[in-house]
Amino acid sequence: MALRNIIGKRIGNGIGLVGRRSLSTATCDVENRNSKSMNLYSAINQALHLALETDPRAFVFGEDVSFGGVFRCTTGLADRFGKARVFNTPLCEQGIVGFGIGLAAMGNRAIAEIQFADYIYPAFDQIVNEAAKFRYRSGNQFNCGGLTIRAPYGAVGHGGHYHSQSPEAFFCHVPGIKVVIPRSPRQAKGLLLSCIRDPNPVVFFEPKWLYRLAVEEVPEHDYMLPLSEAEVIRQGSDITLVGWGAQLTIMEQACIEAEKDGISCELIDLKTLMPWDKETVEASVRKTGRVLISHEAPVTGGFGAEISASIVERCFLRLEAPVARVCGLDTPFPLVFEPFYMPSKNKVLDAIKATVDY
Amino acid sequence: MASWGRRSTAVAHHMRAFFTANKTAQIRIGTRRYPFFNPAVSSALVPRPWPSIINMTSLFLVNRFTSSVAGSQAGSRHADDDNDDNLVKKELAVKMYSDMVTLQIMDTFFYEAQRQGRISFYMTSSGEEAINISSAAALGKDDIIMPQYREHGILLWRGFSLQEFANQCFGNKDDVGKGRQMPIHYGSSKHNFITVSSPIATQLPQAAGVAYSLKMDKKDACVVAFIGDGGTSQGDFHAGLNFAAVMEAPVIFVCRNNGWAISTPISEQFRSDGVAVKGQAYGIPSIRVDGTDALAVYSAIRAARNMAVNEQRPVLVETLAYRVGHHSTSDDSTKYRSLDEIEQWKTDRDPVNRFRKWVELNGWWSEREETELRSNLMRAIQVAEGRRKPPLTELFTDVYDLPPSNLVEQEKQLRETINKYPIDFPSDVSL
Repeated sequence: MALRNIIGKRIGNGIGLVGRRSLSTATCDVENRNSKSMNLYSAINQALHLALETDPRAFVFGEDVSFGGVFRCTTGLADRFGKARVFNTPLCEQGIVGFGIGLAAMGNRAIAEIQFADYIYPAFDQIVNEAAKFRYRSGNQFNCGGLTIRAPYGAVGHGGHYHSQSPEAFFCHVPGIKVVIPRSPRQAKGLLLSCIRDPNPVVFFEPKWLYRLAVEEVPEHDYMLPLSEAEVIRQGSDITLVGWGAQLTIMEQACIEAEKDGISCELIDLKTLMPWDKETVEASVRKTGRVLISHEAPVTGGFGAEISASIVERCFLRLEAPVARVCGLDTPFPLVFEPFYMPSKNKVLDAIKATVDY
Repeated sequence: MASWGRRSTAVAHHMRAFFTANKTAQIRIGTRRYPFFNPAVSSALVPRPWPSIINMTSLFLVNRFTSSVAGSQAGSRHADDDNDDNLVKKELAVKMYSDMVTLQIMDTFFYEAQRQGRISFYMTSSGEEAINISSAAALGKDDIIMPQYREHGILLWRGFSLQEFANQCFGNKDDVGKGRQMPIHYGSSKHNFITVSSPIATQLPQAAGVAYSLKMDKKDACVVAFIGDGGTSQGDFHAGLNFAAVMEAPVIFVCRNNGWAISTPISEQFRSDGVAVKGQAYGIPSIRVDGTDALAVYSAIRAARNMAVNEQRPVLVETLAYRVGHHSTSDDSTKYRSLDEIEQWKTDRDPVNRFRKWVELNGWWSEREETELRSNLMRAIQVAEGRRKPPLTELFTDVYDLPPSNLVEQEKQLRETINKYPIDFPSDVSL
């Protein structure tokens, strides 16, 4: 499957493909009933429509969601379901999440939007100390499993410090919540519906880069994709690559070029970072003997470190080379220096070759 | 002595405003008339500084009852009295007093148990018994309580047994919280009392969400969220009140202004005229009431509840009291305040004694009832102490609805370690 075909031109990257071709995600087991070509924000919008349609106790709220949201993910919801269920909140992330926890504690599906993942930190206390512990600390008398927090995350080409962050690692360190990141429109719709209906609080990061540029055939019916199941989206035998979100496009380009040099790459989309599917990654590493992890977030303390440590624990004797990480630099996300900061295709390609040639 | 004077003035600051506030009009609650200050009625709309309380929306002040006044009012009978919610009749008064005494004695027993090393931690509600019990009495059982941590009197009122309190403090296998949290972190879905969490004020925005759900259900119920004077400095206080106001959520925010946040007096907490004025900033009607007067608190909470439920909007109630006890068993408050000050509040303004006078005046209480309480408590503590802790598997359950693979793996590894080094682990946790 050519992920790159569904992604438009990436600034500074040189791969100029504006893909609007229909294609099927070969390894995705969602049947192609009636599908429609749509982008990521439309797919998410569809998921939200379905979520509110199928559960009268589902609510969507956050800053500016009423008119459709700054990324149009919530278009049409307020008109269709009414102001009581789809509404703007005051500008206060700790309030948004706290309010959502309270709603969820009463058995509702609270779908909270944080306008940019960069602004999620005021809600960190509510997420870590409250949402994640709500069920455990009450002896399962109470829970806020109906809470889903959605936030656009990741590089967008011009976002700088506060519109480009990838904060997933902070949340992966919190027992009690789930962290899910889709790579494409079809994945996003199914995963978001699973997140909303999962009986645990979930943080769902949406790669904002892909909102308009990723276009794919997305089934129009209500479907869910399983959480905590990684997906091998490209088969290979020489090296395992692990990633999530928009970075997978870059990694796939690297895989295709590596193929020309005779390196067969297996590419895995983790999809759920917490709790993550160690078994699938381990099985792949046992096959290939090499692993490379790539993410936009800064390398130090990033989630790649957790994957690396776990794989080494499980597959030490099988490994032919050190675990490679191709990630963002340990700096705040820069503006003009973004192309230097990012784990680009060539950085990934070099790391593939270095690992294979170790 | 001078520093005591300064400090006690700082503490009494929150009471001073109360006594010197303007009284230019009257408000009716039921058949009673109480003085209050309403700028909508007054011609002077220019905001006045402290100590009067001003509000361009609807802020009203419940005047303090004197015990005898309340007694004669409650005792007298008029033709329309039967419809007066605010009448505290004998049955209610007896239960209120009984629970206040139980709360006091329970606090003493558990505090001592901690001192003896039998439980790890405790927090008393000394000086705030009226706030606890009267609030509970004024509410319905469907009203959802979101506590801070000094509201266990409400649980007591609602039927949480002495044994259940003890079970949580000892974290034994019968603790509904499954032994996961420190003592006093009570929670009971049966009693609509959401589990206590240590972080301050986090429950306030959550209360707005819970109340919004009640609003959607059109339930004849509200949320009552508690906070201390210190907690009003938190960002979540702002978030909670603002959200509740915008969402028009039926939540009563009750601030227990007891003058202290551990060692920090209110003069070091805020420079506003107490907490009631803060509600004004959010468009929330606010009540200030003497928290040591059980009948006044009862009235105030009843009025607040009626407003919250009938008008579907938040209300802020500031109850003025004094934290007679230490912050917790980890605190020695004599390090930052004088014994004289504590004694004065303990003797002169003990809410239990005050209410007792009124109850006895009506011939509704006698000494006999108290002795049974003490032996029940003693027994509950002994029983709780003797019970085993929850089984090991409860360490791993409820992190998620079902344990994920990493936890299954960790439990397996832990059990291997326990087998190998049993003496490293407490024996009262069943494997």
